[in-house]
Amino acid sequence: MRMENMSAGSIAGSRSEQSQGHISQAAGSPPLHEADETIIGLEVHCQLDTVTKLFCACSTDYRSDGPNTHTCPVCLGLPGALPKTNKKAVEFALRVAKALNCEVLPESVFSRKNYFYPDLDKAFQISQYDKPLAVGGYLVIEGEDGEKRVRITRVHMEEDPGRLVHKGGVDRARYSLVDYNRAGIPLIEIVTEPDMRSPKEARRFLNKLRTTLEYLSVFDSEKEGSLRVDANISLQPEGWFDHEKKSFKGRNRVEVKNISSYKGVEKALTFEVTRQRNVIRKGQPIEQATRHFVETQGITTASRSKEEEQDYRYFPEPDLCPLRVSSWVERIDLPELPDARRTRFIGQYGCSPNHARTLTGDLKLADFYEKVAAKADPVLSATWVADTLIGELNYRDMGIGSVSPSHLIELVNLVKSKTLTDKNAIEVLRVILDGILGNQPAGTPSQVVARLDLGAADSGTGPAAISEVIKEHPQAVADYESGKKEAFMFLVGQVMKKTKGKADPAELNAMLRKALDGRDK
Amino acid sequence: MVSERDIEHIAELADIGIIKEELDEFTVQFNRILDYFDILDTVLGDCGYEQDRYNVLREDVVSPSLPQEDALKNAGETEEGFFKAPRVM
Amino acid sequence: MARSRIFFSPDDRVNAFLTTCPEPEYGTGSLEGLAIAIKDNISTKGIRTTAGSRILEGYVPPYDAHVVSLLLAEGAAIVGKTNMDEFGMGTTTENSGYGPTLNPLDTGRVPGGSSGGSAAAVASGMVRMALGSDTGGSIRCPAAFCGIVGLKPTYGRVSRYGLIAYANSLEQIGPMARTVGETSRLMQVIAGHDPRDSTSIEQPYCHTPDKNIQGRRIGVPEEFFGAGVDPAVAAKVWEAIELLEKKGAEIVTCRMPGMAYALAAYYVTCTSEASSNLARFDGIRYGPAVDTKKSWHEAFQERRGMSFGKEVRRRIMLGTFALSSGYYGKYYAKAQSARQQVKLDFLRLYKEVDVLAGPTMPTIAFRLGEKADPLSMYLSDILTVPANLAGVPAISVPCGTVEGMPVGLQVMGRPFEDEVVIDTAYAYEQAVV
Repeated sequence: MRMENMSAGSIAGSRSEQSQGHISQAAGSPPLHEADETIIGLEVHCQLDTVTKLFCACSTDYRSDGPNTHTCPVCLGLPGALPKTNKKAVEFALRVAKALNCEVLPESVFSRKNYFYPDLDKAFQISQYDKPLAVGGYLVIEGEDGEKRVRITRVHMEEDPGRLVHKGGVDRARYSLVDYNRAGIPLIEIVTEPDMRSPKEARRFLNKLRTTLEYLSVFDSEKEGSLRVDANISLQPEGWFDHEKKSFKGRNRVEVKNISSYKGVEKALTFEVTRQRNVIRKGQPIEQATRHFVETQGITTASRSKEEEQDYRYFPEPDLCPLRVSSWVERIDLPELPDARRTRFIGQYGCSPNHARTLTGDLKLADFYEKVAAKADPVLSATWVADTLIGELNYRDMGIGSVSPSHLIELVNLVKSKTLTDKNAIEVLRVILDGILGNQPAGTPSQVVARLDLGAADSGTGPAAISEVIKEHPQAVADYESGKKEAFMFLVGQVMKKTKGKADPAELNAMLRKALDGRDK
Repeated sequence: MVSERDIEHIAELADIGIIKEELDEFTVQFNRILDYFDILDTVLGDCGYEQDRYNVLREDVVSPSLPQEDALKNAGETEEGFFKAPRVM
Repeated sequence: MARSRIFFSPDDRVNAFLTTCPEPEYGTGSLEGLAIAIKDNISTKGIRTTAGSRILEGYVPPYDAHVVSLLLAEGAAIVGKTNMDEFGMGTTTENSGYGPTLNPLDTGRVPGGSSGGSAAAVASGMVRMALGSDTGGSIRCPAAFCGIVGLKPTYGRVSRYGLIAYANSLEQIGPMARTVGETSRLMQVIAGHDPRDSTSIEQPYCHTPDKNIQGRRIGVPEEFFGAGVDPAVAAKVWEAIELLEKKGAEIVTCRMPGMAYALAAYYVTCTSEASSNLARFDGIRYGPAVDTKKSWHEAFQERRGMSFGKEVRRRIMLGTFALSSGYYGKYYAKAQSARQQVKLDFLRLYKEVDVLAGPTMPTIAFRLGEKADPLSMYLSDILTVPANLAGVPAISVPCGTVEGMPVGLQVMGRPFEDEVVIDTAYAYEQAVV
């Protein structure tokens, strides 16, 4: 932020202020204590899923095309080109602001953030500074002790820079290769207050945010690089943050940049907590620094040896006019958001809270479930989708989009009517998924059942198998009668084998016990 | 008053090369101009320049991009469709 | 469609042109076959465009500026790109990276700037019409020094798409020609809304100049005849104003207190915007290549140090300073407030008068090399910058000579009343014809 009030005199003044901060931080810095709190704030950048870029009409669908094939004079930064704001991007950003309970400012202005970097073709990024789109909202997440609100400081719009490629890796390449396809893609930046108290909370926040953005249809989480996070983290004595103990200015914050996955956030921050703890234990001060997350190694590394405060020389973008869109907010009809949908699932479908949480945690999954629940028992469907299907899909690295709801509908109905046992139903599911994966469709559940003879046995099968087993294994029967419990398990296993999983295990269990206990000795 | 060191710092911030021989003359001229700018201190108020246009927006419709050759045509050095740039150290 | 050509091989002794198109094609339309020169900061597809700078040496834009498309659609023949102060920064065209342009009326003097090449091309008869750009007087000054007509339109009436930016909130492309009539004719083609320019206004210009000046109220601000103005120039301009009075106009003396800080507001604003606009010249996508074996900052600084002229580097640094942390409030923010005061001055005056008049420049054209000190160069813009700060239309029309060199009468009008400004200039021109 602008250091407006710091020094009206020479430029060098601002730098000396900063080194003074270090000295007073080390002096009187308390040792590490068990109850010390982790204070985390996040800056999340998400690509808005518009058809064209933020300030020009190039298509945003660049990922499968060659470098520099989605550019024009505007996003290439050719001299003389002028930006023009994408209305849809503004609408999408407003949707997010509303969903996050923010206040949209009456006037919002695009500003130039000036700095030099090869991926920034105009040498400034059109962003927002002192008049962002919206301020002051919140997102409810599952905290360590129940629900908590993470406050949103601001939401603003900005353009994505281009992309640097380094042959042979960042460390070995002798030059950079630049692709401006990504330059100009609309981004929304969501800045939180430092309200998170653990890396896990940070991950939960991101997941909730991602789900919310998907529900708003403004974001596609499957697009590579569509979400990037910078985190601010510090360790403070217990209660310091909320009460700001006067004697101690607080340990310095560290900024961690370049995190591009949800798991990455938790990893990066967990590493940072450990690293900072070790530093404090050694009695050293935490340096206010920027660190870089290395995803492949799960560590953060020092980014700059000397933290030079970047002077971005913000000023309002003279080629663009201000936005006055606070009145648009009331016209925005928000779709049903994750929390509301979760409550509805519990009420409407009788899902358990856990199932409801899982099912609504992903938009496509929630939609899938509702299609299934429309035509099959909802509670049973919830178990099958949330527990079984998800597990089988994850195991095969498949997405929910690869399965048809009709398969689950049929499967659940077969189980419900006891035409299929649970065990065999899982088998059928696996066959179907493997078929999809190997590009050789296995057919409908009914077809698979018939082909592999997995249908439930008729009522006579169980008793018949039981009689046979008892006859064939007299020693085991004798063992059971003399009190050996393992003998029962053995006999059950034999019965299951004979019935080829077609009979309901619980029923078989009961019938076997009855048969054994009722025998004439 | 800005010093020669300040001039050097500004030149770095702006990534503009200033050679030692120019530094002296630049600093003197710079200060004369800044002295002239002091008249702005007499301007009262903080109103800013009023804009009367807002919400100038366009529809989310694709227009063709430049073909890759045109995008790269004026570049100093390219490689496999990329622009070549010096490494950031 | 059969395309026609003209042949253009001028005897350019004054270095008006940086690039000439010897056999340009042209189509049909209201400018059919007319040779038009374009200032070299206006992008022309397939034609070298340098903005008078070495850092764009060899740059060939892959697109046309909006105004160029409009000219071509009306059948104009684009015969070349004219010389200018580098990136528009200057009042004499001596800051060009390709050598100065000379004043055709006295080759020991400057043609004015920054559209000196366009003015010289018109004044010497090589073309009848040209496009220039005006950020702080860059059309009007050379028009005055070379004895031709030049109009700076109301901000927003002519698209800036394709104009290599110097100061976005101040500049406009405008017509330059020998007569007011031809200036108006060119304005008709280039004015109008461009959806690609967010600052572009929906107001086409469709006007035949009218010399009837009966009842027109002409304000003459005292500050326009202040200490820095050469008395001989002042006298010539007063003669012109009195002639308009004879033709039926009403003359009203008035005051513009904002003039005290207008120049400072202008230079803070334009250098700030320029420092940002010119940061993109890094040799990666256009211009002479950078050394990719060096590090980013090293290569960048070297290229910019070598290829930007001194004045450009000075202005970039001034602007960087004015926007920098700790100084933004004192300089840039204050300059915008000052600007608002100047605009309010104009609007207040326009309640009492229809146009304002005065000299375009405080002196006749300087001798080459005369204005060596930057600040004294900046001070000569004092009479032209107010119109840019407020965004109002302003024209310079020749009104006689002093020591054999032309003097320009400047007329400024209400926002969007470019037609009234043209009419007033036309009234004068027709009165002396």
